[in-house]
Order: sequence, then structure tokens, then C-alpha cells
Amino acid sequence: MVLSDSVVELSRLQFAITALYHFLFVPLTLGLSFLMAIMESVYVMTGLPVYKEMTKFWGKLFGINYALGVTTGLPLEFQFGSNWAYYAHYVGDVFGPLLAAEGLIAFFLESTFVGLFFLGWERLSRLQHLTVTWLLAIGGSLSALWILVANGWMQHPVGAEFNFDTLRMELTDFPAVFFNPVAQVKFVHTVAAGYTTGAMFVLGVSAWYLLQGKHLGIARRSFAIAASFGLASVLSVIVLGDESGYTAGETQKVKLAAIEAEWETEAPPAAFTLVGIPDDEAETTRYAVKIPYVLGLIATRSVDEEVLGIADLRQRARERIESGLIAYRALQDLHRDREDRNARALLAAHHQDLGYALLLKRYRDDILDATPEEIDRAARDSIPKVAPLFWTFRGMVFAGFAMLFIFAAAFYYCARRIAGQKRWLLKLAFYGIPLPWIASELGWFVAEYGRQPWTVSGVLPTFLSASGLQRGDVALTIAAFVGFYSVLLVVELFLMVRAVRQGPLPQP
Amino acid sequence: MDYDTLKVVWWLIVGFYLTGFALTVGFDLGIAILLPWLGRSDGERRAMLATVMGTWEGNQVWLVTLGGVLFAVWPLVYGTLFSGPYLAIMALLFALLLRPAGFDFRDKLKSPQWRRFWDWALFVGGLMPAVLLGVLVGNLLLGLPFRFDEGLRLTYRGGFLDLLHPFALVCGLVTTGLLVLHGANFLQCRTLGPVCLRARTAAAVGAAVALVGMGLAALGLVGIDGYRIDAMPDPATVFSPLDKTVAATDGGWLANFWHHPWMIAAPLTAIGGTLAAAALARQFVPAAAFWCSGAALAATLLTVGFALYPFLVPSSLDPNSSLTLWDAAASPFTLKLVLACTLVFLPVVIAYTGWVYRVLWGPINTATLNEEG
Repeated sequence: MVLSDSVVELSRLQFAITALYHFLFVPLTLGLSFLMAIMESVYVMTGLPVYKEMTKFWGKLFGINYALGVTTGLPLEFQFGSNWAYYAHYVGDVFGPLLAAEGLIAFFLESTFVGLFFLGWERLSRLQHLTVTWLLAIGGSLSALWILVANGWMQHPVGAEFNFDTLRMELTDFPAVFFNPVAQVKFVHTVAAGYTTGAMFVLGVSAWYLLQGKHLGIARRSFAIAASFGLASVLSVIVLGDESGYTAGETQKVKLAAIEAEWETEAPPAAFTLVGIPDDEAETTRYAVKIPYVLGLIATRSVDEEVLGIADLRQRARERIESGLIAYRALQDLHRDREDRNARALLAAHHQDLGYALLLKRYRDDILDATPEEIDRAARDSIPKVAPLFWTFRGMVFAGFAMLFIFAAAFYYCARRIAGQKRWLLKLAFYGIPLPWIASELGWFVAEYGRQPWTVSGVLPTFLSASGLQRGDVALTIAAFVGFYSVLLVVELFLMVRAVRQGPLPQP
Repeated sequence: MDYDTLKVVWWLIVGFYLTGFALTVGFDLGIAILLPWLGRSDGERRAMLATVMGTWEGNQVWLVTLGGVLFAVWPLVYGTLFSGPYLAIMALLFALLLRPAGFDFRDKLKSPQWRRFWDWALFVGGLMPAVLLGVLVGNLLLGLPFRFDEGLRLTYRGGFLDLLHPFALVCGLVTTGLLVLHGANFLQCRTLGPVCLRARTAAAVGAAVALVGMGLAALGLVGIDGYRIDAMPDPATVFSPLDKTVAATDGGWLANFWHHPWMIAAPLTAIGGTLAAAALARQFVPAAAFWCSGAALAATLLTVGFALYPFLVPSSLDPNSSLTLWDAAASPFTLKLVLACTLVFLPVVIAYTGWVYRVLWGPINTATLNEEG
């Protein structure tokens, strides 16, 4: 049975909306909790009450934000079952344990200690409370670790095999899944982006106080901590977010080619397209401004390796679809006769391409009868649209470098102890507050839209993953999510602005 | 460990996670339901919320972890249960989503309208999950209208209103009554004065509702169809749900109790625990009452588990598609991995959660609540 496209599209839209909302809150949670832990560490080491006041003040803002991170996180987990039931069946054996571990190892830690962070000031010794704050921060980053290991597996599925008895992917090698290179790069890139978000937020708000001449004690110290923590974080994001992570696995290569609008494979080292207007119809980039060699150097860390272009990747997809059809046929033979040795051998040789054959399910149910045109269309489907990826990626990189400039300048002037006099810098830091959010949302888009047409790269196409729901039901829940989340977002922004305006309370 | 033993062990452990969820989130939900009724002033309502303020977030992780564990060990159950009754699951989620904002935003402003709004949001966020969880359990016993095709793709025939069968509503009554009882007992442990006294009355009301519900549900259980496996492959092997034959039988859910009379201990504990909880609350022994209502909750879950065993999600549309603990399980490797993970980390979680409760323990006094909280 092939699902109607509109149900799949609606479920995708709902996942995108709920994930993007969630990602408005999570990076700040990740970053702010670490900054609070650093500030409180300074308090415990020096005994200066101003650092306690600082921890409490940023903690208050953290709390407002944390509530919505929790709120928007819950539906994400349940949607894998509610809207992506076939996905849940097909890869639950691999993906499920990672979510279970996330709950057991990370969420419990974070959520159990968050209450004590707020209510424990009077009940705990200094050192105990500091431990609680660190556990809270570590819990947050650990949850990022597990969900990104899960996401990394969707991008680059390793350590699992198709089982034809149960008709699903099954976990075979847990260390391979955990130490998946794509997952590890993603983890560092994403948590560092979260730390950058927290730092930019603290830097911007402190800059605003400095401009107003209010709460100077706290603002000056917070600005300095945020500048150094932010500089280290944003450098990690940039260095570890570069495209060297895109060479592992076919879909990552496709993503890289699409991001760079690399239509044809160039002689190495490939040139980097700084900007231009990619045209998906004509498969060319108009007005392209190219920098020679740079792409080849970044992506392959060499001068003689190729960066595959879209035309070649599409040809490879066509070959893999044909190979996948052999696996699919063997699977059908095995259904009739489990002892068919020839079919077993064929399946063993071609199972890694089975997912590519499934791309044909979009056009017909009995895919063994697929026509060459249909195979051609399916191969075409294996490449996401270039223009959206090209632009969102450049937007993200621009935001990243803008933040690098702000943090570098802030760090430099803090080191010279004249940051407070540089009003242009303070204004820049304040108006730069939205930058990390722009970068995170665009980055999410690049990672997940760039993975299309797959939910699990090369294994399971998105259009097969969805639940067979009623269109009206999904439309209704999308409307409910948008309405509900938007109201909560407005409330949160109102409370945040109010708390920032109020500022830190004077010590009683 | 053999695969079939492992499958049964996981039935027990999922039951344990479910119980953890019911016992902890249970009193949070019960207190939220009671909020507008027992708290007659803003200060009283603040005191009620303060009893769970530092711990509800950790409690909620029982639900999140339960979701992840279901995904890992019974992927088909996870997909079927959440995508089949889609709108009910979404309604449950939206109701739960009211809680973080309610708990954390309520006291940020002093406006009485603002606070009243969040009080009612918390009430809805407590009552809806309590009722819906019961309704969903009721529908498990009734069987859900789904079937798998040979590629294990799911079809579900039914809408939200089909779930509101009288038997399912009766189950909703049981869960709501028990959670009110459990929440009221927790409140008595941690509050003083009028709120504590009113909670004592609420415990009696909750117990009465739960007992009436249990009686009606027991009658209902005789009248509805249960299911029975007629033939299936060796449970120690890997097989698909479609490889077995299942038949519907009149009053079939009582068969397990008939064949294994010791299982009757579960429903007896549920009834006895409820009665004891109400009686102990009357005698001003709230801590004992709280543990009794916890035992009643756990025993109620166990009763449902025993009745269904070995079924997890029976199908009324195509009984052969029913999911049982034998055919819905993940691979042996994944079952072992998550088992190891549970054995290592769950005791740690329970230990530090216990420590946090101990630090935050003590009666909440309205007068000592400072406005900035």
C-alpha cells in the first residue's frame, strides 16, 4: 500500500514545525546551563556573592526557557510512533534503544536536578548546589549526545542489518552506532552551537545593561564570561561543522553536492562556490562566484580526491536501484521458499541497496516491473532540491562568522578591559542576539532537508515511513501545534523581556 | 538468557516502568485535578503546587523513558498504540503540555486572572490525561481496530469517538479516582491546615469513585470479548504477528485468573489498597495511605496485564494481527542491550531521585512560601 502524498507531506510538515519550535529553546538550555555552572563555580571558588547573584539571575531566564524546551520536546518523541509508525517498526530495533538511553541516562539527570537547582539554594551546601548545577548542565548535553547519535544513524546508518524474518532493520553493532563518525561530528557541532547560543544571549543581554548603565557588576562579569566561552564555542562550531563530515556515506555526499551546487564532478581539488543563483531545472548555477581549490581542500582534506557532482551521484543511485531490485526479488523468493539458497546469496550480496529499490514504491507497488523511466525518476528523487540547501547553508555560515566576529571583538576588548566603552560593540552584541537562533534553525534545515528523500539514508524512503493517518486529523493537529506553540512562544518572550527588564534582584 | 525468557522479562520490566510512571506522575496529575477544588485562595493553591514543584519534571521523565523503552523493545506496539488512536494520543499530549507552562509560568506574574488561567490549565492538564489513560487501557481490553498487511504496514479503522465505549469510560473512572486518591494522599503528607483536611475528604471521594469504577469494570470484563492464541510458532524464535492464529472468546480476559487463581491477588490488592488508603487517610496516617494508594495503582495495572497476558495490543479487526509479547519484541540483541542499560542506570536514577525528594521533603507552610519562589 502506498500512502497518499498529502498525508506524508503533512506529517513531514508537522515534524518540521514541532522540531523547529523545539530548537528555539533547546540550544539556549544547553548553553545557559553551562554558563550558570561556570558562574557558580567561580562563586564557590572565590566566595564572591555577585557570582551567586549572577547564577540566580541567569537561572531565572533559564527556567522560563526550560519549561518550553520540555513542553516542545515531549511531542517529538511521540511523533515517531504517532505519525511515523512504519518507521518505528522498520528501525525501532536500532533507533529505539537510543531514545530509551536518552531518557534513562540524560533526561532523568537533567529533569531531576532542575527542580533542586531552583529550590535547593537554602537546603544544600555550596558544594552540593554546585554539583547539582553541573549535573543539570551535563544532563542537558548528554541528552543532546543521545539524540544526535540517533540522528547520526538516520544520516549514516551503520551497525545494523535487514532481517527478512521480521522485515525490519536490526541492531548488530552498538559501538559502531555510538561511535558513528557522522554522529560524533554532529554532536560536537550541535552542542557547541548550543553553547554559542547561550553565550550570545548572555553577551547580548549584558551588553544591553552596559548600554543602559544598569546592573553593571553583574553585566560586566557576565559579558566577559560569555565573550570567552562564546569565542571557544563558536570556533568549535565552525571548525567541527565544516564539510569534512560530509564524506562518510552516500547521502552525506549528496548533501554536500547539493549544498555546494556541484552539478558535475570537477577535476580535484574542486572550486568552492561562494555565491550564485542555483537553478534546479537547468542544473546550473548562474552568476557563480567561485574560489578555486577551496571545496576540495575542505571536504576531502586533500588535493587529489574528487568531490562527486550531482550527475555522477544520480548515476550511482540508478545503479543502486537496479542492484536493490535484485535484493527485492530475492526477498520475494525467500518469502515463497525460505530455504532458497540462491536467493539468500543474492540478498546477502545486494541487501545494502534494498532501500534504493524502495524509492520505486512511489510509482508502483510491484516494483519488480518498474520501467526504465520510473527508475530514472526514482534516481532523480534521490537528490534533494539544490536551491533551498544552497541558500540555507550560506545563511547559517554567514550567521556563524558574524558571531565569530562579535565574540572575537568582545574577547579582545574584554582582555584590554575597555569593552564597556565600545558602544558599537555593545550594540552589535545586543542586536546580534537572534543570530544563533537563525543559524540553528537553518542548520536543522540543511541537515534534515538535505537527507531527503530518506528518513534513514539509503535504507528507508520518507514517503514509506509515515503512518496511514487521515489527512484531516493531521491537518487538525498541525493547526493545534502552531496555535498552541505560538501562544506559548509569545508568553515566553513576554516573560523573558519582563525578567530582563526587571534585572537581577538586589541581595536581600 | 533464552529469547522467550527475555521476552517475558521485558513484559515485567515494561510493567515496572509503567508502574513508576503511574506512581510518580500519578500524584502530580491528581494534585492538578484537585487544585481548583481544594485551594480556596491563591496562597493555598501555591502551597499545593509547591508540594510537587521541585520534582514533577523528574517524574515526567518516567513517561518519556517509558516511550523510549516501548520504541526499543516493542517497536510495533509503539507504532500501533500511538498512530492508531491518533487524536486521543494527541489530546493526551496537548493536555500534558499544559503542565510545564502551568507549573513554571503561573507564579511569574501577580495578576489574579493570570494565575486563575494557569490553575485551570493545570486542572485540564491533570484531568484529561487521567481520563484518557483509563480510556486507552479500556480500549486495549476491548481490542483496537487494526490490521497488518504482509509487509507489516498498519491499517487502523476507527476514529476518536469510537474509543468512548462505555466500558472504556468506566476504566477512565477508575484511573481518575485512583489518581485523585493518590494525589490527595500526597497532599496530606506535605501540607498542613485546611488544605490537608480537605485533601482527606478528597481521598475518600477518589476512593469511592475508583471502587465504583472497579466494580463496573469487573462486570464489564465478563461481558466483553477477550482473545486467545490458538496456534503460534515456538516462542523462542523470531516470528511475525501474522504467523499466529487468535480467536475471540466471550469473557476471555478472565481465563488467566481462572487457570492461575493466584493472579486474583492483583485485583484483590487493588480493591484492598484503595479501601485501606481511604481508611488510613481518615485515621490521619497519610504516609501509609499514600503507599496504599500506590499499591492500589500498581495492582490495577498488574490486573490489566494479567488479564491481557500474553497480549499487549489485541486487534478487534483482525485478531491474528494482535500484538503479543511473543511477536512484538525487538531482536534478542536489542532486548539484552536495553536490559543491561536498565539494570545499570535505573537503580542510579532511583537513588538520586530519592536523594532529591529527601532534600526537598518537609511540610509546606503557606506562610513560608516567598513570592519569588
